[in-house]
Amino acid sequence: MNLHEYQAKKIFKQYELPVPMGVVCKTVDAISAAIEKLKGTRWVVKTQVHAGGRGKAGGVKLVDCVEDATAFAQNWLGQRLVTYQTDQEGQPVSAILVELCTDIKNELYLGAVVDRASQRIIFMASTEGGVDIEEVAEKQPDKILKAVIDPLVGAQPYQGRDLAFKLGLIGAQIKEFTDIFMKLATLFQACDLALLEINPLVITTEDQLICLDGKVTIDSNALFRQPELYAMHDPSQEDIREANAAKWDLNYVALDGNIGCMVNGAGLAMGTMDIVKLQGGEPANFLDVGGGATKERVTEAFKIILSDNKVKAVLVNIFGGIVRCDLIAQGIIEAIEEIGMTVPVVVRLEGNNAVLGASLLEKSNMNVLSASSLTEAADMVVQAATGEK
Amino acid sequence: MSILINKNTKVICQGFTGSQGTFHSEQAIQYGTQLVGGVTPGKGGQIHLNKPVFNTVEEAVLNTGADASVIYVPAPFCKDSILEAANNDIKLIVCITEGIPVLDMLLCKKRCDELGVVLIGPNCPGVITPEECKIGIMPGHIHKAGRVGIVSRSGTLTYEAVKQTTDYQFGQSTCVGIGGDPIAGSSFIDILARFQNDEKTEAIVMIGEIGGTAEEEAAEFIQQSVTKPIVSYIAGVTAPAGKRMGHAGAIIAGGKGTANEKFLALEKVGVITVRSLADIGEALITLVK
Repeated sequence: MNLHEYQAKKIFKQYELPVPMGVVCKTVDAISAAIEKLKGTRWVVKTQVHAGGRGKAGGVKLVDCVEDATAFAQNWLGQRLVTYQTDQEGQPVSAILVELCTDIKNELYLGAVVDRASQRIIFMASTEGGVDIEEVAEKQPDKILKAVIDPLVGAQPYQGRDLAFKLGLIGAQIKEFTDIFMKLATLFQACDLALLEINPLVITTEDQLICLDGKVTIDSNALFRQPELYAMHDPSQEDIREANAAKWDLNYVALDGNIGCMVNGAGLAMGTMDIVKLQGGEPANFLDVGGGATKERVTEAFKIILSDNKVKAVLVNIFGGIVRCDLIAQGIIEAIEEIGMTVPVVVRLEGNNAVLGASLLEKSNMNVLSASSLTEAADMVVQAATGEK
Repeated sequence: MSILINKNTKVICQGFTGSQGTFHSEQAIQYGTQLVGGVTPGKGGQIHLNKPVFNTVEEAVLNTGADASVIYVPAPFCKDSILEAANNDIKLIVCITEGIPVLDMLLCKKRCDELGVVLIGPNCPGVITPEECKIGIMPGHIHKAGRVGIVSRSGTLTYEAVKQTTDYQFGQSTCVGIGGDPIAGSSFIDILARFQNDEKTEAIVMIGEIGGTAEEEAAEFIQQSVTKPIVSYIAGVTAPAGKRMGHAGAIIAGGKGTANEKFLALEKVGVITVRSLADIGEALITLVK
């Protein structure tokens, strides 16, 4: 689960990390009050969306009067911001963060991830702040400094000092950086983060370190013990169909093709998409109905697949390991009866009572084709989608 | 021979009296697994499925001599269960549960490594040595004792590979689901090393998917240390970048972890790859006598 920048900074403040003074505004009218509260003479107005690249897309602006700030809010609130990280539709803007302008002397990068290969939390720091860090990692890997955190003893101050010296920091900055490092390490653990990025972490003209931006991703598996963070969840930033599927515990990801897929198991669902493509088709979605493919879940899954009007045919691929295929076939028939299917459905059942399941589908007199193998099923659904027989 | 488990493996079940624990323990007993008891705190002294229930893993191990444990407890409590098993002389822990916080797994993995405990999973179907011992949720009846070792990040894809190797009469030596989470107890490398040393395993099927670099690391290991033939399939050629495909670990992040990169890495070291999951069995024909 991702947080907005303003939410991340709210948590940073709770951990006494240095962030710019700021006020989040959800209406145009709130802008002038925010600026009055912040005082000063220059401010930064930032659209709040779950995507990077806001600056280049015009979603961040430096302003020096209330009128310009208000105009920015008028322009963006209720609109969608398209950046190089979003799709063509962009992300809806429903909040703007107004911050006191920080005078920057130098920009650093500081981030942390759970590294899969080493199975540790790794902190990364770089003097190349404010730019795309993945590009730095690719082209100048020596510019990325790392600190590996031991899961049993946690981060230690010496690791922060080590990074600070290697970054070329001097004087009081060393202690400030180490302090930020230790607080972020505590926060990472306490909030069950999967990813944390401060890009940039700036050194001001007064030689103070400030977290100018904040990107935070929380481990979705840990949300049960992070109620305060879960309350910050903003479903408007997610694909509507994906969010709807999640309500039914279905894993759905929209793709660009015209062949809907319903499969049990995440790996098999990907494998099914791949085989559709191999047979010359284009999958419209990834959808894992899970182990217990009951009538209710199958019905909801069909509804979600068909809500994409590009879908011209649906492939159902079920490997009945523990569950019985005849029960699944019954569920499919009842689901189709309830929804009133308008496109052809190809079903491949394998495993427990697969033959019985297939014969139930044959006898149902509905627009359902039963396939005896996965390759055949993929062939049939590709033909059905293109209208060939 | 086989890897990890055989007919002598004594298994206890943590979360024994819950619905998942009960259902799958019943299946395991029917299959012939030596399931010697279970643990449910507070229910010690009871009999469940004709087996003793214990309050703690310590008691269960003392009274049954169990050396393996299968965990079905809900995700919020898995860290506790894994550490309890690891600290009480269980040598093989198979964790089926999906949805364990990743930071919990970092701790569990580190501790298991220190204690020399083998952890399989989480978020996996488990381990089976056909006709000897089944630990997990896989359907027993599709398996057949034989010569192909299977290791996979995905449950249902493992079943597809099992079905095909059974249909072609190769059978399986042992099948290991290492799970779909970003932090896995055992890696491809851990299992490949065991298959390489297992007399019964003549060929290996390795099923990967998008996300992380476990397949690339396995490719390096294969080049150095595996002489047995390997057939590999990687799921997710059509998966878009930046989207989590069901499994917590199945995500192309920062352009890394694509299926094509993994196919290439494996092909480079002589692994036979198939682009369709339906071709796994056929690819083995020339490799298994």
